[in-house]
Amino acid sequence: MRILVIAEHDANGAKRHTRELLRKAASLDDCEVGAFAAGPVDESLAEELGRFGATKVYHAPSEGNSCRSSLAMAAPLRDAAAAWEAGLVLASATPFGQDLLARASMRLGAGMASDCTALWIDDGAVRVRRPVYGGTATEELLLGGCTSFAAVRPNAFEATECRARQPEVVEVEGETSDTGAVIERVEEAEPGMVDIGEATRIVAGGRAVGSAENFGLLGELAQSIGAALGASRAAVDEGYISHDHQVGQTGRVVAPSLYIACGISGSIQHVSGMRDSKVIVAINTDPEAPIFTRADYGIAGDLFEVVPALTRSFRKLLQE
Amino acid sequence: MKIGVLLKEVPDTESPIQIAQDGSSISFERVQWVINPYDEIALEEALRLREASGGEVLTVTVGPARAKDTLRKGLAMGADRAILVDTGGASLDPFNAARLLAKACETCGFDVIFAGKLATDDGWGQVHIGVAEIMGLPHVSPVERIEFDDGEAIATRAAEGGVKEIVRARLPAVIGCEKGLNEPRYVSLPGIMKARSKPIDVKDASERGEASAPTIVRSGLSEPPVRGGVRMIEGAPQTAADELARLLREVGAL
Repeated sequence: MRILVIAEHDANGAKRHTRELLRKAASLDDCEVGAFAAGPVDESLAEELGRFGATKVYHAPSEGNSCRSSLAMAAPLRDAAAAWEAGLVLASATPFGQDLLARASMRLGAGMASDCTALWIDDGAVRVRRPVYGGTATEELLLGGCTSFAAVRPNAFEATECRARQPEVVEVEGETSDTGAVIERVEEAEPGMVDIGEATRIVAGGRAVGSAENFGLLGELAQSIGAALGASRAAVDEGYISHDHQVGQTGRVVAPSLYIACGISGSIQHVSGMRDSKVIVAINTDPEAPIFTRADYGIAGDLFEVVPALTRSFRKLLQE
Repeated sequence: MKIGVLLKEVPDTESPIQIAQDGSSISFERVQWVINPYDEIALEEALRLREASGGEVLTVTVGPARAKDTLRKGLAMGADRAILVDTGGASLDPFNAARLLAKACETCGFDVIFAGKLATDDGWGQVHIGVAEIMGLPHVSPVERIEFDDGEAIATRAAEGGVKEIVRARLPAVIGCEKGLNEPRYVSLPGIMKARSKPIDVKDASERGEASAPTIVRSGLSEPPVRGGVRMIEGAPQTAADELARLLREVGAL
C-alpha cells in the first residue's frame, strides 16, 4: 500500500510527531511512504523526511500564511494523494493536521478517523483504534474506500531513523483559488509554551493549586524536566491558567510518557483525558482521592511541600 | 441575520458508559442525554449575535426521534426554531452525517453557521468542516474569539504550541466553537414555557437522497485497559521525592 503522510515542520525541521508517523508508516508491511509538506521544502528537510521513511516528498507552494491554512492546502494535498496513488493518508492529530485532513477527506467523500492511538494493516485493510466517549471506551474501526484517512495522536509511536536515501522532491500546484478565509496574522500567546498535545512529559495542577501565582511552583517542576504545564477543568474554570492547558473531556486528550498530577482529585472528565499516559504520578493530600486508583506512583501529601521537593530531586537526578 | 447552529445530543459526560452485548455499541439504558457541551457554546454565540444584530436562530440536528427532547432544551435556551433530520436510529459515518446536515442547511440561507468543535461522544471533530466543504463555504475551527464586521468574521483560532491565528473569513462561513468563547446561559423557566410552542420541523433522512457507503465502520468497542495498581511512596516530602525520582529513572520515565 502507498501511504502519504502530512509532514509538519518548522525552522528546526520536521516535527517530532511527523517523524513518529513517517517511521510508523514505513514499518507497516509492504508499504511505501510519501510525505506532503505545506510550503517550501529545502534539501535538509527532505533529507530528514527521508531518514524517517519517505521515498518521495510532495510540497505545495505557499504565500504569506497559506501554508498554515487547511483551506489553501486541501487542493494540493488531494493532488499529491492522487499523484502518489495513496491508499492511506495520515496526519498527526494536531490543530493543523486534523483541520487539513478533515477538509481534504471530506472533499473526497470519505471523512477521517480522528485522534487514533493505534494503526495497523490487516489483510490489506486499514484498522485503527481510538478513544470515544471522552476516553471512557476505545473503539476499533475498519477504514474502507479507495483512500482511507486517519489522524494519529502524537506520542503514539517511536521515532527512530530507518533509511538514508535522499527522497525525490516534487512540487504540486493545486488550485490557488480564493478560499474565502485568510490567516491575517499569527500571535504567540504564551512565548515558549510547550504544547500539551505534543509534550512527552506533563505536570498538571488542579483546584488545590489555589491561584495563578501558585501555578508558578508547578512551572518550576515542569521546567526541571522539560515538561508542558497541564491543568484540570476546575483550575481553568477558577482562572488559574488558560484553557490551552486543560486536559480532559472538554480540554485536550493527551498521552505523554510521564504525567504528574498535582492536587487533582481525578474526576472521570479529567482522567479520560490522560489515562493513556505511559507513567502516571499523583500527588494529593487526600489518600482516598480517585486519582490514586489511576496512577502508577502516588504520594499522599501537601503539594506545596512535595512539588518543590520533587523539583530539587529531579534537578539533582538530571544533573548526575 | 439568519443564524444556523449544528446541534447534536450526546450522553452526559457524567453518565456511566456501558458496552452493549454485541460488543460494538453502547447500552443507552442509563444514559442522560444533553446538548453536546461545545454545541451549547455554539448556540450561545448564535443567541448573542441575534441579540446584537437581530435575525433568527435555527438549530439543525441529525439524529434519532428521541433527540427532540434535547432540541427543546436548545429552544428553551432561546433558539427560534429547530430542524431534526430523523435517521431512525441508524448511526452515520462522518461524511454521511455532514451530507445530511448540509442538505438541511442548504435551503435555509444562513449567513453564518455555528457548531461545536467536536462532539464529546464520538469525538470526530470534522462533521462541521464537512458541512462547510459540501456547501462550498470557508470554515474556521476551533474558535475561541470572534467578531463580525461587514459581511466578514474575524476569528481567533488556537494552533499548535499556544499560537493564535487570526482568520478573516467571508460570510457565510462555518464556525467551530471552542471552550472559552463564551459561558452558555442557563435555561430559564419562561424559556422552557416558550419552548413548548416553538416549532420542530422533523424531516425523514431517507427522503434526503441515497447515503453513500460508509467508509468508516466500527468493528469493536472495549473498555480502556486497567492499570496495575498504585505504588504509594511514604516518608517526609524530600525522602519521598528522592525515592520517586529514583523509581521514575528506573522505569525510563526520566
